[in-house]
Amino acid sequence: MLSSNIVTAIYIAASVLFILSLGGLSNQEKAKRAVWFGIVGMALAVFGTVFGPQVSGFIWIIPMILIGSIIGVIVAQRVEMTGMPQLVAALHTFVGLAAVFIGINSHIDPPSGLIGAELIIHDVEVFVGVFIGAVTATGSVIAYGKLSGSIDGKALLLPARNWLNLAAVLACLWLGTLFLDHAGPWTLYLMTAIAFLFGAHLVMAIGGADMPVVVSMLNSYSGWAAAATGFLLGNDLLIVTGALVGASGAILSYIMCKAMNRSFISVILGGWGTSTGVAQEVEGEMIATDVSSVASDLMDAQSIIIVPGYGMAVAQAQGAVSEITRRLRDKGKNVRFAIHPVAGRLPGHMNVLLAEAKVPYDIVLEMDEINNDFSDTDMVIILGANDIVNPAAQDDPNSPIAGMPVLEVWKAGQVIISKRGQGRGYSGIENPLFFKDNSRMLYGDAKASLDQLLAQITS
Amino acid sequence: MIIGAPKELQAGEKRVAMTPDSAGQLQKLGFECVLEAGAGIEAGFSDATYKAAGVKIVKTAASLWKQSDIIIKVQAVSQAEEAHLKPGKTIVSFFWPAQNKELLDRVVSSGSNQIAMDMVPRISRAQKMDALSSMANIAGYRAVIEAGNHFGRFFTGQITAAGKVPPAKVLVIGAGVAGLAAIGTAQSLGAIVRAFDVRPEVAEQIESMSAEFLMLEFDEDGSGEGGYAKPASPEFIEKEMALFREQAPEIDIVITTALIPGRPAPKLWPAEMVGLMKSGSVVVDLAAEQGGNCDLTKPNKVINTENGVTIIGYTDFPSRMSAQSSTLYATNIRHMLDDLTPENDGNIFINLEDDVIRGALVSHNGDLMFPPPAPKVAAIGKQSATPAPVELTAAEKAALEQAAIRKSGQQQIGLLVFGGLFMLLIGSFAPASFMQHFIVFALSCFVGFQVIWNVSHALHTPLMAVTNAISGIIILGALLQIGSSSFIVTLLASISVLIATINIVGGFMVTRRMLAMFQKS
Repeated sequence: MLSSNIVTAIYIAASVLFILSLGGLSNQEKAKRAVWFGIVGMALAVFGTVFGPQVSGFIWIIPMILIGSIIGVIVAQRVEMTGMPQLVAALHTFVGLAAVFIGINSHIDPPSGLIGAELIIHDVEVFVGVFIGAVTATGSVIAYGKLSGSIDGKALLLPARNWLNLAAVLACLWLGTLFLDHAGPWTLYLMTAIAFLFGAHLVMAIGGADMPVVVSMLNSYSGWAAAATGFLLGNDLLIVTGALVGASGAILSYIMCKAMNRSFISVILGGWGTSTGVAQEVEGEMIATDVSSVASDLMDAQSIIIVPGYGMAVAQAQGAVSEITRRLRDKGKNVRFAIHPVAGRLPGHMNVLLAEAKVPYDIVLEMDEINNDFSDTDMVIILGANDIVNPAAQDDPNSPIAGMPVLEVWKAGQVIISKRGQGRGYSGIENPLFFKDNSRMLYGDAKASLDQLLAQITS
Repeated sequence: MIIGAPKELQAGEKRVAMTPDSAGQLQKLGFECVLEAGAGIEAGFSDATYKAAGVKIVKTAASLWKQSDIIIKVQAVSQAEEAHLKPGKTIVSFFWPAQNKELLDRVVSSGSNQIAMDMVPRISRAQKMDALSSMANIAGYRAVIEAGNHFGRFFTGQITAAGKVPPAKVLVIGAGVAGLAAIGTAQSLGAIVRAFDVRPEVAEQIESMSAEFLMLEFDEDGSGEGGYAKPASPEFIEKEMALFREQAPEIDIVITTALIPGRPAPKLWPAEMVGLMKSGSVVVDLAAEQGGNCDLTKPNKVINTENGVTIIGYTDFPSRMSAQSSTLYATNIRHMLDDLTPENDGNIFINLEDDVIRGALVSHNGDLMFPPPAPKVAAIGKQSATPAPVELTAAEKAALEQAAIRKSGQQQIGLLVFGGLFMLLIGSFAPASFMQHFIVFALSCFVGFQVIWNVSHALHTPLMAVTNAISGIIILGALLQIGSSSFIVTLLASISVLIATINIVGGFMVTRRMLAMFQKS
């Protein structure tokens, strides 16, 4: 058995290791080491707690940890990189659920010797912890469903949805005051049920392309849920770690919102912001092209930029993209990738997919790094991206996405857009890019098109 | 269909409209290619290389014309070739329909189709078949090389043991494709390059090639339709001459490229300017074919004036680099045929709805198609006269920056005051044990914000996975409760331990898997 002072010392070490672990993600090489800091930190924390003074019940602990580890290993090995958003969402559910259980436990079996303000604080902590946990849990379940396609990705817009949300929050507040008045455990359980519904409804109202914000937001919530649990149990390590995770998710949400030029509130309230005035009419026609002429143009081009979007992930085309990139680079062409911060369904999703397909990370650039280079580029290939390359964001003040930073692909010599069909993108906004003189549409499944392209380039 | 490329008949024309490379591409479009024996020799392509590319070689021009459905050429058909024109045949070549009205009438009455490469509209989509630009690019390069050939000094300045050599000063008049190519070439040889153009919007292009743009203080925009210049007013010309008069004594090499569509070339470098130039200077007149920008130019001749200035009036600059110009021209032709063959089945389809094809088509099934209607798409967009953004002075910039700093400072102070008051509020109600934890919480949030801002965008997904893993720290809470005497508490705590473990193990493993994939090239 370790004394409580030793346990505290272990917790300090674990906190430092967690901070180092997050800080190490500033570049790809350091990151590989940084994960080990996290793993060691976590091992220390669990070890210290299990052998600490307050824990008994090993009969339960050991099998649970064993089973959990086995499931974790299997899940981590099986998951496809295109399935990362779903996995992240699923893991958030677990944190949320655990927070709910721990909160309820703490109410059933409260720590002894609480009086006066301490008791009130404890009750508030239970209530808040369970609320955040419940919202995180069901919100993540819905996010998982939407990302894996088992729930329709479109935003579910119930009439008066904002009033419903407001009513849910007010009801929870009212139940909270009753709970503090010792009206009985039913208030806690009823609030938990309402919070479950509230979390589900919140995410139901948000459409597929806003998912990066939602996933980061849930990430943040799972951190705050852990921090709330820490307050509840008086455990500083939980508070520190929860706050780190919460801050991380909050920053990611902020970055994603900025990249879409939307306020956090408008994303959370769901649907697209209502625009004033009529969007500009788009003139011109879309001109289709075919794989062989794209192949010959690629042979003539010296500098090429590829802009991947969610469509590439859906079509699982990253392998073909990587192979084409390799061949073109072997021919001495300058091939690079431009990644918009909200491309895909998870922050950094495209980077991971390209890394999986063995595209070297030093040719995968962020929007700010590459946006000035489009005018010197011969050819741009857009794979399943739409809103992030929409010039209306800059030209049309009435467009719903006006002011959103976009990749200025239209400045390049030629733009090839690989797209399933003539329909509009997720947002339903007409994209004037498709009608520009230097744009060519390559219709069809991205993977099929790229496989043919690869064959043509190779021959 | 069969595409044939005959030998060019015009004296001194060394180019050929088909290269072994372009023949390969044309065959991919479904065409068969034939070539008159020896057509590529002058451009450096032997019959054997064509054969290797799958081209059939025919002995005589007559049999080539007979078997080909499509004839690709550089120059317009000559009198000798007119006899071969038949209804249904399509000829793709330069034509200059405005200058060759009679020839055009004869071609129309023969019933054959004529695509004039010089009529391809100047829109972005048609750039790949813009043969005029390809040829102008070569002419601009060659103009500098020819000038160097007749110029007795280095282009670049040198300091040698045998003394100091000043750099040559080159003036390029007209910054179209040829002018810009000349600027680039002279610049890379080390000369001091100045350039002039009546269209103010090209100043940026000139400066982007690090040449000096000679500014004319005059309120007239010389831009006409399609990115070409329009004729200037007399007052404007007077100003222009004054500027040139100032420059002429200094300049070693003048390259003039000024053309106005459908008119004789403007006289921008009159005899007076030549008289002002130093002995040994060189004038290259790229407009010699349209009468020359210089009074003294003699087409196809090099002359020396009394004061020792050389004036080069060649009209065949592209042909002097026949290998390069044939390659580019053949590629332009190939792109044109690509657009003419929408199905890639070796059959051409003349789509009158297509702006580019309609623009270049001058004769179609016995109908005169010249001049074409205005294209649907505006050619090179004329820049609207937006006033340049007002340059801020250093003082104003500093003031703006200061204001921004002050504003952010005020915001920060506001936040701190608000935060402090909030803390006081909590502190006055909450018990001491809570406040201790609260310190930890607030500091952790701060540390978190500072650390996470440095995370690379590319690693956001691994960041989410790793935060997922460490938010599994909630397992500690469950571990502390699992020994409870209440069964329900133990059960819920056990489930929490289970799912938190999945989180920890799954999160860390998947992060490691992802990070291992990031490879540098």
